[in-house]
Amino acid sequence: MAAETLLEVTNLKKYFPIKGGVFSKTIGYVYAVDGVSFTVDKGETLGLVGESGCGKSTTGRSILRLIEPTDGKIHFEGQDVTALDKNAMRSLRREMQIIFQDPYASLNPRMTVGSIIGEPLEIHKIARGSEKTERVASLLQKVGLRAEDMRKYPHEFSGGQRQRIGIARAIALNPKLIVCDEPVSALDVSIQAQVINLLEDLQEEFGLSYLFIAHNLNVVEHISDRVAVMYLGQIVELASDADLYNDPQHPYTEALLSAVPIPDPTVTKKRIILEGDVPSPIDPPSGCHFHTRCMYKEKICEEEAPEFKHIGGGHWVACHFRPKV
Amino acid sequence: MQELLLDIRGLRTQFFTDDGLARAVDGVSYSLEKGETVGVVGESGCGKSVTALSVLRLIPDPPGKIVDGEIIFEGTNLLQLSSAEMRRIRGNDISMIFQEPMTSLNPVFTIGNQITEAVRLHQGLNKKDALAKAVEALKLVGIPVPERRVHEYPHQLSGGMRQRAMIAMALSCNPKVLIADEPTTALDVTIEAQILDLMRTLQEELGTAIIMITHDLGVIADIARKVVVMYAGKVVEQAPVERIFASPNHPYTQGLLQSLPRVDKDASGAKQRLQEIPGIVPSLLNLPTGCKFASRCPSVMPHCKEQEPPLEQVAPNHYSACWLNH
Ligand SMILES: Nc1ncnc2c1ncn2[C@@H]1O[C@H](COP(=O)(O)OP(=O)(O)OP(=O)(O)O)[C@@H](O)[C@H]1O
Ligand SMILES: Nc1ncnc2c1ncn2[C@@H]1O[C@H](COP(=O)(O)OP(=O)(O)O)[C@@H](O)[C@H]1O
Ligand code: SF4
Ligand code: SF4
Ligand SMILES: [Mg+2]
Ligand SMILES: [Mg+2]
Repeated sequence: MAAETLLEVTNLKKYFPIKGGVFSKTIGYVYAVDGVSFTVDKGETLGLVGESGCGKSTTGRSILRLIEPTDGKIHFEGQDVTALDKNAMRSLRREMQIIFQDPYASLNPRMTVGSIIGEPLEIHKIARGSEKTERVASLLQKVGLRAEDMRKYPHEFSGGQRQRIGIARAIALNPKLIVCDEPVSALDVSIQAQVINLLEDLQEEFGLSYLFIAHNLNVVEHISDRVAVMYLGQIVELASDADLYNDPQHPYTEALLSAVPIPDPTVTKKRIILEGDVPSPIDPPSGCHFHTRCMYKEKICEEEAPEFKHIGGGHWVACHFRPKV
Repeated sequence: MQELLLDIRGLRTQFFTDDGLARAVDGVSYSLEKGETVGVVGESGCGKSVTALSVLRLIPDPPGKIVDGEIIFEGTNLLQLSSAEMRRIRGNDISMIFQEPMTSLNPVFTIGNQITEAVRLHQGLNKKDALAKAVEALKLVGIPVPERRVHEYPHQLSGGMRQRAMIAMALSCNPKVLIADEPTTALDVTIEAQILDLMRTLQEELGTAIIMITHDLGVIADIARKVVVMYAGKVVEQAPVERIFASPNHPYTQGLLQSLPRVDKDASGAKQRLQEIPGIVPSLLNLPTGCKFASRCPSVMPHCKEQEPPLEQVAPNHYSACWLNH
């Protein structure tokens, strides 16, 4: 079965201006996302991993145009999202939703759960009155809560339950794509599994596509069909989850995988300890952004940015010396 | 040869809040031997940090109070020491590092000031020697250019470097016990790997005994020799690390291990649906009688809801609190 592309992101860039001086002039930029390209197929989960500040959330938000991209193209079902005006964008939002990391901050504390979930139904004129109430009740049941819960306020729920409320709101409009920005990172382990299973069940039932952002590789590998690894605003490797784990090509991916704590004391792996910290995205290193921490670095790495090349089987990597010859 | 260093016995710490009495730590016992690393694992709010803060007598009172138990450090019950005596123990014999280094590093003093203050207080060094000691401590934890960093303020360091500075501060007086409360939770995995590696090396070189508090079983598997599993203010299981992972006894421990996604397993075969532990942790303000895990336990029996199961030996060095063992 040939997969059908739902979302195509081409050379996406988002530079945040840094203001300074007496006249608040732009004195520089945060190169948060710097030329990112990928696709998400219908019904697929694409994982996006990388360390804090590498541009994962900015990528997710730019796709929904919650922030305006600096450059690049975003096509959703063939339609150029960056060219849409406000009205057209608003109706496209029905198809694209987002779930956030912090289930506490992302729900309005003064609204009942019923109004939180029902609001998008009303805004998009899909249901009101008793029909809306029925829809909300069935959405709550879908995410494992009870219909009576619609009268309660967010603070009356636990973290995992609040994340369920966020999920119910996101699926209320039958979207095709959900950007999941660290949806389980703030949850306890025993609750994480509940929410991951829920997301998987909903995907199967509604044929949803997910862009799943997380820094926990155990979680990302579990839920994703393909995984993209980001470093300092760029994707350095993209492959099926099995290829990425069994045959990592990029030196950064290798280090990242070797650092994942495996809950099994009998597994002893060779840890690659990276030196230092991630450099600042305000002044990223020349050439290959990873060269300041890479143990395979050579002279060319400081001078030339490696091309993001396809090395076969849907496996992409950006390194001068990969694939190994 | 094993030598008992710290012995927490029947610790009970409670908070008297507006909403009622919270039994945050409800009869917790575990011990630490010289040079050993004990991992303490459990969901947020189960009492891991309150146990650690009780050991150091840092529980805010009011609303908190240690109402029962003993904390025996090298034969002395810390709960009976005067505040002055306790201050000498803190930072000198027992040090603690916290999850969020910014909360325990003072933003208005340089890193160097903070470390030298600790060593001058505890070791009576003069200014110059204390500064040299601070530079040495920063070097030990792998902070590049320590001579310069020692004069910088916390906000000038990255998250990973701040955590290193905290460890440097905690270790500057060569404590016998280091309590590390989620020291890597706020860090990225590559930085986490650096810090865990550092702690392992320091332990080998200095022989410090470590209590490692975390909710990450991966970190436990990596660094602990003995594991204490807590649930709702109690220890529900305790065993050597290999046994916890190979033959967990308590249904909660079993559930936790099964609910984990694992990169090494997922990528090597067909993906399996994760096992869930249903439900949520009961509120500490309103704990059920009997086994605290009963509302979520797949093996619950009528008896479980009536009487609390005691922590009992189920194998050599392996303890569990579950009626299934009867
Ligand atoms: N509104 C903004 N103004 C200026 N800089 C920003 C803004 N939003 C994000 N950034 C910067 O852009 C970079 C990428 O941020 P982003 O939030 O996308 O990271 P992330 O990969 O999601 O990280 P995390 O894992 O911590 O959530 C960071 O350096 C961040 O500080
Ligand atoms: N200062 C305080 N006042 C009231 N309750 C507290 C205080 N500190 C901790 N608690 C409560 O004690 C319980 C255990 O907390 P803690 O030990 O911090 O959990 P964790 O296992 O996540 O470290 C929690 O229910 C927490 O809300
Ligand atoms: S291009 Fe050079 S510096 Fe970059 S990852 Fe490859 S070897 Fe390392
Ligand atoms: S005592 Fe009963 S409820 Fe508690 S863990 Fe054991 S079987 Fe489950
Ligand atoms: Mg983010
Ligand atoms: Mg804690």
